[in-house]
Amino acid sequence: MADPMRIRAVAKDGIVSVKILMSHAMETGQRKDEAGKAVPAHFIQQVSATWQGKTVLSATWGTAISKNPFLEFSFKGGQKGEKIQVTWTDNKGDKRTDEATIN
Amino acid sequence: MSSIKLRAVVALTGLALACAAHAQQAAAPKKAAAPPGKAAAESKSAITAEFDKFREVMEDASPAELFEAKGEELWKTRRGPKNASLEQCDLGLGPGVLKGAYVGMPRYFADADQVMDVERRIVHCMVTLQGYKAEDLAKNPFSSEASTPDPVSLVTYVAGQSRGMKIAIPQKHPREREAYNVGKAIFNYRAGAWDFSCASCHGEEGKRIRTQDLPNLSSKKEAIRAFQSWPGYRMTGGLMHTLQWRMNDCFRQQRFPEPGYASETIADLLTYMGVNANGHVYKGPGIKR
Repeated sequence: MADPMRIRAVAKDGIVSVKILMSHAMETGQRKDEAGKAVPAHFIQQVSATWQGKTVLSATWGTAISKNPFLEFSFKGGQKGEKIQVTWTDNKGDKRTDEATIN
Repeated sequence: MSSIKLRAVVALTGLALACAAHAQQAAAPKKAAAPPGKAAAESKSAITAEFDKFREVMEDASPAELFEAKGEELWKTRRGPKNASLEQCDLGLGPGVLKGAYVGMPRYFADADQVMDVERRIVHCMVTLQGYKAEDLAKNPFSSEASTPDPVSLVTYVAGQSRGMKIAIPQKHPREREAYNVGKAIFNYRAGAWDFSCASCHGEEGKRIRTQDLPNLSSKKEAIRAFQSWPGYRMTGGLMHTLQWRMNDCFRQQRFPEPGYASETIADLLTYMGVNANGHVYKGPGIKR
């Protein structure tokens, strides 16, 4: 199973700034192993963040995103103590959802 | 949804692009931690200054934290032939006390009758508490594309517990003072195919290899750079590395025989360099290029 994400969400003046670290190999499919065979592509395809049942971020990713990606975004309206959920899905169908409380 | 404004910033925290040929400078051989401030600023190259800016931005979202999280889980989980956790492991401040342990090591441990750095001690605990074999742990001790060894994540977790604390490596016990002196001798010992010593590159101020500024690790002022931001997440390849790996790689670069993993040699060297950095504030696991 995939390793957990680290999510930080801080509310300030009605704007919540969210910082997410994800643990993922993000293989492009271009790299070759010692035997000269291509390492199969393995990367996050969909990322979404929800707050109070609303999607506040939805993104489609490709192989140009680095290994162990860092994502930062902000949205209006969140309050301290509310929860935010982040989910990613990769091209092998692997999925991971983590939750954080807004500070 | 229109009321919600979005701004997404995706930072490239590693080099996932196989075709990123322009990133060659990121593959340059080595870079110790950020200089301690204005003192080293005069000799800083433009590239170093730019990287320091990047590091500052990334400090509160370092991928090293992913390894801290993994290390925490490994620390608390019952594992190994003896099915025990590491929570009874004594890192010098009592069993299970982690806060400040990293900035007080290497130190002398009476139970093992050895001076031990963090990784050596963790390996010792994995052997005595969990029943792992030292030979097995020494087989593949460094991070690779394929895997991150458990001691690496554990060291990162322990190091994270000393974030923002002052480095205070003890020199009270005679064996600790001996380790310092032996470490100093190793640091200055010239040998190998290139007649190199650690001091050849790290014994003078204002030296560099290509664009990399080299810290003078024999001076109080710059020794912090061998301690700060280790263990470090290397963006070249996206691997987490500890000082055990760094010392091993320095030996390789000097064309020395390979030092033993978690050996006395490494503990002595780390004692010498660590004590030189005493008094500086440790910022926690960091980022390397």
